[in-house]
Amino acid sequence: MQVQSYFSSLDNLDGELATLNLGPTHPATHGIFQNVLKMDGEKIVSAEPTIGYIHRAFEKLAERRPYNQITPITDRLNYCSSPINNMGWHMTVEKLINCEIPKRAQYMRVIIMELSRIADHLVCNSVIGVDTGALTGFTYMFQERERIYEMFEEVCGARLTTNIGRIGGMERDFTPAFHTKLRDFLSGFPARFEEFNNMLERNRIFMDRCIGAGPISAERAMEYGFTGSNLRAAGVDYDIRVMNPYSSYEDFDFIVPIGTQGDTYDRFMVRQEEIRQSLRIIHQAYDNLPEGPYHADVPAFYLPEKPDVYTKMEALIYHFKVVMQETPIPVGEVYHCVEGGNGELGFYLVSDGGRTPYRLHFRRPCFIYYQAYPEMIRGSLLSDAILTMSSMNVIAGELDA
Amino acid sequence: MYELILERIEQKMPGAVTSHDTAIDGIVNIHTTREQVWNLLQLLRDDEQLGFNFLTSLCGIHYPDNAGQELGVIYHLHNWIKNIRIRVKFFFPAADESVPTVTNLWATANWMERQEYDFFGIIFTGHPDLRRILNVDDLDAFPMRKEYKLEDGTRTDKDDRYFGRDGHYGQSFETRLID
Repeated sequence: MQVQSYFSSLDNLDGELATLNLGPTHPATHGIFQNVLKMDGEKIVSAEPTIGYIHRAFEKLAERRPYNQITPITDRLNYCSSPINNMGWHMTVEKLINCEIPKRAQYMRVIIMELSRIADHLVCNSVIGVDTGALTGFTYMFQERERIYEMFEEVCGARLTTNIGRIGGMERDFTPAFHTKLRDFLSGFPARFEEFNNMLERNRIFMDRCIGAGPISAERAMEYGFTGSNLRAAGVDYDIRVMNPYSSYEDFDFIVPIGTQGDTYDRFMVRQEEIRQSLRIIHQAYDNLPEGPYHADVPAFYLPEKPDVYTKMEALIYHFKVVMQETPIPVGEVYHCVEGGNGELGFYLVSDGGRTPYRLHFRRPCFIYYQAYPEMIRGSLLSDAILTMSSMNVIAGELDA
Repeated sequence: MYELILERIEQKMPGAVTSHDTAIDGIVNIHTTREQVWNLLQLLRDDEQLGFNFLTSLCGIHYPDNAGQELGVIYHLHNWIKNIRIRVKFFFPAADESVPTVTNLWATANWMERQEYDFFGIIFTGHPDLRRILNVDDLDAFPMRKEYKLEDGTRTDKDDRYFGRDGHYGQSFETRLID
């Protein structure tokens, strides 16, 4: 705040203003964004972000793809937590076709989604550490993320762009190896995570760097459409998992942590606590994992078992219909949102009865809140601007769609 | 709940809601006109009984066959206190694509409107900085409009008919279920 008064009068400016290109490819931006900064010495006078470097026209692509083929597109939005995007999309279609998912599939989805939230937050928080000069925590936390990716591999065969789950449930049940890996993770991770936490949470250097860096008020954050951890760090307890529970989130007991200042330190702390809460949710979901089928009985959307395709007439017909997109789709529109790794990830789907969406609009949380970045870094030091960007969890894939 | 909302709007701005319906997801769609939309959104945001404080998203849509109503803008609003969502829509001719900006109501509309300008060529009058945002500046098309095919135009295997859009346009789901 002291810095802002420094700029309240232009008389204070001495010397020339320099123009500095931060990006498009700069290691500190963790993705391809460009910011043209006007600098007075080391202080930022104004910033002009340019985005779209990896724009792949997902909304247009989705208009020519059948519903099951849109899932791989959603992988590439926030690629740090692809499973949440995948499940969000499945649930959107399930809402459109009015399909009720078995409890077991819902709990399985919750476990996967919370694991990916942990992975997402681990990347973001350990990168905040890196940008303050603490590389060690990052290298340790990437081992944890690796463990999570190995679990994804067990469930779907892929690690980063997961394409996990199917419309109507999960593609397959959890394998025995997944159970082992999940139990190992649940028993070993908390201690290792607290070690990482202890390294940074009350670290004087880390605190001095983060406290007061890139703050935003709750009012301004709401006007700017902030959601997710960034909004909660500013002090608003808005969480889709509580506001509009999906996939049985109402069954689980967890708290929504909030910050007070909306600065980098609060964003870090909120994410740290969310990781602990995600673990609680996973414990509850895993301990109470219901028995039963792992997908709904929607043969028009869910591929039949492969052996059945070769031996049963009906399965063969449905297999053909799903693959050739011969399935009728209801006419109408739905909006479905999930609590993504960095905020409210919404899918607005307009169907005209065709096999592809007539219009599919993604509400991408970081596209919406990244526009506040110039305001958040105005008057701050360049090094704080780097830190602010990494603490906002801006993911290029989601930003540029 | 939605009856009260519609009643309140009718009381404050008679005639602003031209029609309304409930979508599959249970959210009520409010249709309005280009002339009324800004005032209606302001009312929805500021009225203490309505209180739709949050602009969740804003998107354009193109219906080339609706003569005189080709383009549309759809707003998703969310009341965080009562946890109610609402959708506001209006349509206008593609030949006259100027619509009022809502950046003066919500700061977040800035990039959302830039994106829809970029995709559909909708001109948001009063927008402080209406430039392309995701596509290159010198692109000479608005790619999300339906006239731009994703596939090569000479291909015949990706015709609209093969995407379920031949004749049973708008026919109900049940009547098309073969089995």
